[in-house]
Amino acid sequence: MVHGEAWTLKEFFTYPNEYIYWTIQIVMYPFMTGLVAGAFVLSSLYHVFGVKELKGIARFSLVFSFALLPVAMLPLMLHLQQPQRGIEVMMTPHFTSAIAAFGIVFSTYGMIVASELWFVYRKHFVEEALKLRAIEERSLGEHLAHLLFSALTLGAMDISEHALEADERAVKKLAAAGIPVACFLHGYAGFIFGSVKANALWMTPLMPVIFICSAVVSGIALCMLTYIITMEIRKLLAARKKHLYPELPSPEELKSAEVHVVTMTAKYLVIFLVAAITLELLDLIFRGYTAMKSWDILRNVIYHRDFVNIFVIQYGMGNLLPFIIFLTPGLTVRRAALGSSLVLLGVFMMRWNVVIGGQAFSSSLSGFMHYVMPVWPDSVETFKEGLFGALTVAIVPFVLFWLINKVMPVFKDTH
Amino acid sequence: MISRRNFCKKSLLMAGGLAIPLSALELFDPKRLLAEKPDGKKTRWVFLVDTHKCVGCGFCVKGCKTENEVPYDANVTRTWVERYVITKDGQTHIDSPKGARDGFETSQIDIGEGKFEDIKNEEIDKAFFVPKLCNQCDNPPCVQVCPVGATYQTADGVVLVDRSWCIGCGYCIMGCPYGVRFFHPIFHVAEKCNFCYHRISKGMQTACVDACAFGARRVGNIRDPNDPVTKVIMTERVNVLKEEYGTTPQVFYLGLTKEVK
Amino acid sequence: MKSHVWRPLYVVLLIIAAVLVVRKILVPADFGVGARGYMYGWHRPSNEEDWKKVTVKYRTAEYCKECHREKYDEIKKSPHANINCENCHGPALGHPDDPKSLTINRSRELCARCHFRLEYPTSGRGKIRGINPKTHHPELECVTCHWPHDPRKAGHGGAKSAGAPGNPGNPSLSASPSAVSTTRERRGAHDIA
Repeated sequence: MVHGEAWTLKEFFTYPNEYIYWTIQIVMYPFMTGLVAGAFVLSSLYHVFGVKELKGIARFSLVFSFALLPVAMLPLMLHLQQPQRGIEVMMTPHFTSAIAAFGIVFSTYGMIVASELWFVYRKHFVEEALKLRAIEERSLGEHLAHLLFSALTLGAMDISEHALEADERAVKKLAAAGIPVACFLHGYAGFIFGSVKANALWMTPLMPVIFICSAVVSGIALCMLTYIITMEIRKLLAARKKHLYPELPSPEELKSAEVHVVTMTAKYLVIFLVAAITLELLDLIFRGYTAMKSWDILRNVIYHRDFVNIFVIQYGMGNLLPFIIFLTPGLTVRRAALGSSLVLLGVFMMRWNVVIGGQAFSSSLSGFMHYVMPVWPDSVETFKEGLFGALTVAIVPFVLFWLINKVMPVFKDTH
Repeated sequence: MISRRNFCKKSLLMAGGLAIPLSALELFDPKRLLAEKPDGKKTRWVFLVDTHKCVGCGFCVKGCKTENEVPYDANVTRTWVERYVITKDGQTHIDSPKGARDGFETSQIDIGEGKFEDIKNEEIDKAFFVPKLCNQCDNPPCVQVCPVGATYQTADGVVLVDRSWCIGCGYCIMGCPYGVRFFHPIFHVAEKCNFCYHRISKGMQTACVDACAFGARRVGNIRDPNDPVTKVIMTERVNVLKEEYGTTPQVFYLGLTKEVK
Repeated sequence: MKSHVWRPLYVVLLIIAAVLVVRKILVPADFGVGARGYMYGWHRPSNEEDWKKVTVKYRTAEYCKECHREKYDEIKKSPHANINCENCHGPALGHPDDPKSLTINRSRELCARCHFRLEYPTSGRGKIRGINPKTHHPELECVTCHWPHDPRKAGHGGAKSAGAPGNPGNPSLSASPSAVSTTRERRGAHDIA
């Protein structure tokens, strides 16, 4: 079986070499980078625009954005036929190709987020390093922790008010600089598809903008959802340990802060959701109106073969239902969690409908290809490009988030 | 509020600062642009397909697979033949069973998933065969989208793939409007027809041209006015595939009609 | 630059320097812009030579002619004149050194590539005489009755032994026109057109 043959069903006339080459991992990649960009924008809404209600979620989003970064690379590594050569994108980039932008944009964005995190957590690093230094007989674990935190301070041990203010200013500048870079990180992903003239579904100048809007939407939704879940865990822990540490906030205090943050965040979510759906519907209406040569087969794919994926799941469950949930007055945390989950589903389906949908029809415009996602991996190939590969990519950010949280705790007040 | 003087100073500084990294991109070099002009190049390989003559025997596909070491049993091929049967009801039936590597073994149209369509002889208005191969475009979209410079175009117009450099991302495969690219089943890098570069560089013809007993395929040098292929292209009514994409393909067809995809 | 604020920038510069060093090691020295400019010519030029060095498999009939002159002449005077020897005999490669002899493909499928009758009047295919392989002597090899180097001549088995597989009949491997029965003109006998 050649690459792609195992999961492609071809109907009517397709070119002999046509298979579905870009599969679930290429769906996961823009989804993950979208989360990265969205999380960062959310964090910047506090740091740059001073939306005070978002302070609680701002640090959380920043750390999550950083945890998502290496994960963004993972689907690409799993997809490449020669993953060990992936570094070539950094070494001999061909900038006429949108994918080549990956090397620069990804690195730049990574450095901005890492730097911003450094400034936010520098005080914590210094305090931890000094605390560990004070211990006379360090165990192995403590010794390693001491090395780690000392290294992370980069030698800047001054945590006076003056130095911390300098940190704040730097964070603001980085957050501001990071917004266009985050947009670029996902805009270029949209350009990857939008610039392929060979694909009738992908080719549209709207693609980068649609991608950016839905990326911000997904980032906000993910942060909201993870924030709610983490708060639930915190409330549980606080309630259990209240009698040991009376200074811990009470569940009521935690709850009121939470609803406030969630309501504010939901407002921004709805704004970007409106933008995303407007552009997508605009694209669809234009295609139907101008009815180019490819419209016959596209119409078949959009309104017939992929109808459920597009209109029921993506637009219906992923857009319309969240609208109703978020715009109905009296938003509760539970409703917000449901709405966020549905939004994430919608954004995922949007990626699916673009990537897989774009390969559902042949370049001959006279045939179809059906993607049968491998569920149980019976080879390395069907693992990498199948359900389990996708699940791996989905789970890793949470693992990383948990690890990073040990070094850069999201809920401890470090200022 | 920033003063006018400061604004001018800072913008000039920014523009100057940006110029340094941008100059590394080599996007515009007048000397090279001049060198890219058609005059001066002695060879530009082109191909001529005569769809009146093709009989669909598939010897070209078999020959190509052998010559270029693409596994015969693999369902990918550097070149293939498509069959078009237009019936009296106006329907166009198209197929290319396994790329026509075994020819066309049945009069039924292969519509995929093991299903076939019966066509009665008396229903046939027109029927013909169309061989396809890489067009070695003058503006190859596949080369444009390669992120690492693994695929490129030679001075004589052939688009090649560097097997030691390709990362296997598949962007070139998605970027080709003609569907000529695929992943090589053994090397796991991008692959496509390269006009048997190892043969034409030695004065031979491509394997598919040699295998074709009917003269449906011919390879030539458009810069040589005495080349018989050049003469046909210059004097007869030839067409190219999917011209609207702006790829400027260099495979010319005689008898290419509107039904051809 | 005294402020600690610039520390992350130093780390960044260090990383960039590291990438450049790695690039120096891993990227082939000749990698660069080629004749077709940056857009279409960004590559490793030595790859062009790599492709030129691929082994030639098919040598064409002109090569076979050097040693197999009579067969070459026979086929060139027949309706099969334009068929390359290697289409049925496989690639010459290093023949006669390696392989010492080439295979002879006598399968029905090979002949049926052209001679499976398809009623396509607007194509060259419609002009080729043919049969339906499923009904036309499915138990025999085509070459039993048809001599591939000159289809106007009888095959190995000759007409009489056509119905008796295994009977070698008249061996005609080195057939010259006189050895073959002249009354056995095949043209027109089995047309199903």
